[in-house]
Amino acid sequence: MARSYLRRRWTDRLMAGVTFLCTVAALVPLFLILFFLARTGLGALNLEFFTHLPGAAGEPGGGMANAISGTLVLVGLAALLGMPVGVLGGTFLAECPNSRLAGAVRLMADVMNGVPSIVMGLFAYTILVLPLRHFSAASGGVALGIMLIPTVMRTTEEIVRLVPQSVREASLALGIPQWRTLLRVVLPTAAGGIVTGIMVGLARIAGETAPLLFTAFGNRFWNWDLLQPIAALPLQIFAYAVSPFEDWHRQAWAGALVLMTIVLSVNIAARAVAARHVKLR
Amino acid sequence: MRHVAHMGDRLFARLLAAMAGVVPVIMAAMLAAMTVGAWPAIRKFGPAFFATSTWDPVAGDFGALPFVYGTLVSSAVALALAVPLGLGVAIFLSELAPGWLRRPVGFLLDLLAAIPSVVYGLWGIFVLVPWVRTTLSPPLKATLGFLPLFEGPPLGIGMLAAGLILAIMVVPFIIAASTEVMRAVPTSQREAALSLGATVWETTRTAVIPYARSGIVGAIFLALARALGETMAVTMVIGNVPQIRASLLAPGYTIAAVIANEFAEATDDLYVAAIIYAGLVLFLVTLTVNILARLLVARVARGPGLIRE
Repeated sequence: MARSYLRRRWTDRLMAGVTFLCTVAALVPLFLILFFLARTGLGALNLEFFTHLPGAAGEPGGGMANAISGTLVLVGLAALLGMPVGVLGGTFLAECPNSRLAGAVRLMADVMNGVPSIVMGLFAYTILVLPLRHFSAASGGVALGIMLIPTVMRTTEEIVRLVPQSVREASLALGIPQWRTLLRVVLPTAAGGIVTGIMVGLARIAGETAPLLFTAFGNRFWNWDLLQPIAALPLQIFAYAVSPFEDWHRQAWAGALVLMTIVLSVNIAARAVAARHVKLR
Repeated sequence: MRHVAHMGDRLFARLLAAMAGVVPVIMAAMLAAMTVGAWPAIRKFGPAFFATSTWDPVAGDFGALPFVYGTLVSSAVALALAVPLGLGVAIFLSELAPGWLRRPVGFLLDLLAAIPSVVYGLWGIFVLVPWVRTTLSPPLKATLGFLPLFEGPPLGIGMLAAGLILAIMVVPFIIAASTEVMRAVPTSQREAALSLGATVWETTRTAVIPYARSGIVGAIFLALARALGETMAVTMVIGNVPQIRASLLAPGYTIAAVIANEFAEATDDLYVAAIIYAGLVLFLVTLTVNILARLLVARVARGPGLIRE
């Protein structure tokens, strides 16, 4: 009796220790990646990186100015496409939660969130690049925008649901029609949370590479024409990382450091704001 | 006046429903556009596309077996590593960790999930692959080298590196989903076990895990879908050689990687169609796995009704 009790207690302790070690092990890669990014990336960052075009192959120097601005253009396009659809669709899910359409959309949005990003790129390629016969910034923006929709929709749904019913009732009691109540009262009340959710979504797609390989395609020069190929930071990191040149490897680390700084600061800020209110996807 | 307000409501409700309806429309459009794009290859090769190994763009002969093999093996390696680790973390977070520790750990895991794939790939090329080559492979070869799994020169790049980096990338998804389903287990289940004198571990093993089982399987499926479709990090460390080799130390190739590497260069129509065909199947497979995962997770989250076991 006593022996078996001891054994059970020790098993309990042992498993607690094992699961704790699992937790430590799962977090080790995060710290390793941040450590190497800081160590290698910081040394390679300089003003030239932010202000110059890429140099010729194999020559040291040059920067990723066009890639940084290209990523901003692509993310902007994606936001134009994904935000209205996501916010309005999410409002629908929150306001008519039990309709048959809402059930189907909810499941599909979750599933769409898990569709590989490279497949999103293939889709944008078949509907835009093939007919237009040109790699283009627009097709990259569409690929990223589609990826943004499910994220924004589900976050909006969760946050709009949190708006107290009494707020709606107060507005309706004043004789304000339902649609204006939604637009002028409910959505503004939820705006903080929705914006945070959108920021997290944008930070995620800003780091996407695969869907841009054959849509935005990349460009070694400036481009402001939406129907022409455009550079993007993740594309440039990829191209430089697999290149044989030492200086390009350093610039890839610098690019990755910049990208990670953006992604992490947006995530940290968003979660600091939202932590008390809602669980972000 | 009332009539106008009513009209406004109806129009606005339609607009909202239409925006929500964009999601199913996009999914249907993806299926349709990719089927059309892949059609020449579907007609020419049929299902045999996935059972043959030639990949010869010049001769117009395409078979995707090495890519399918690489996709499955790298994902299997990833799950073999990530599932036990992820479940351990989930048990720790949902059953054992003190309250003050849960939020910071959850936050760090969210950050791990937020790291862009290309950054994982960069780190993989310059840190993980050299480590696999010099530190991990030699002892593996020395002790288990008699197995076909660990034959051949330790190049660093290959299935093992791909599996490792995939494991790191999917662990946060396993943890998030399985922690969620384990938390959905009613407290009364735990209290019943504890009141019978069970230790915390025994409670977890007998009262929590059986109840959450289908949700945990769902979490694993979710991670599997991610691993199957993950592109950049895998492309950067797997070696991109279309071959089928038993050894995990040998380079391989995956469906997602071949799309990433060859699509922009594919010129003639059949070549493009063959790659879209591969992408279409990747889409359908991840879609199915994802739907299954969601249904399994929802079964637990919905609560009682399955305590039959």
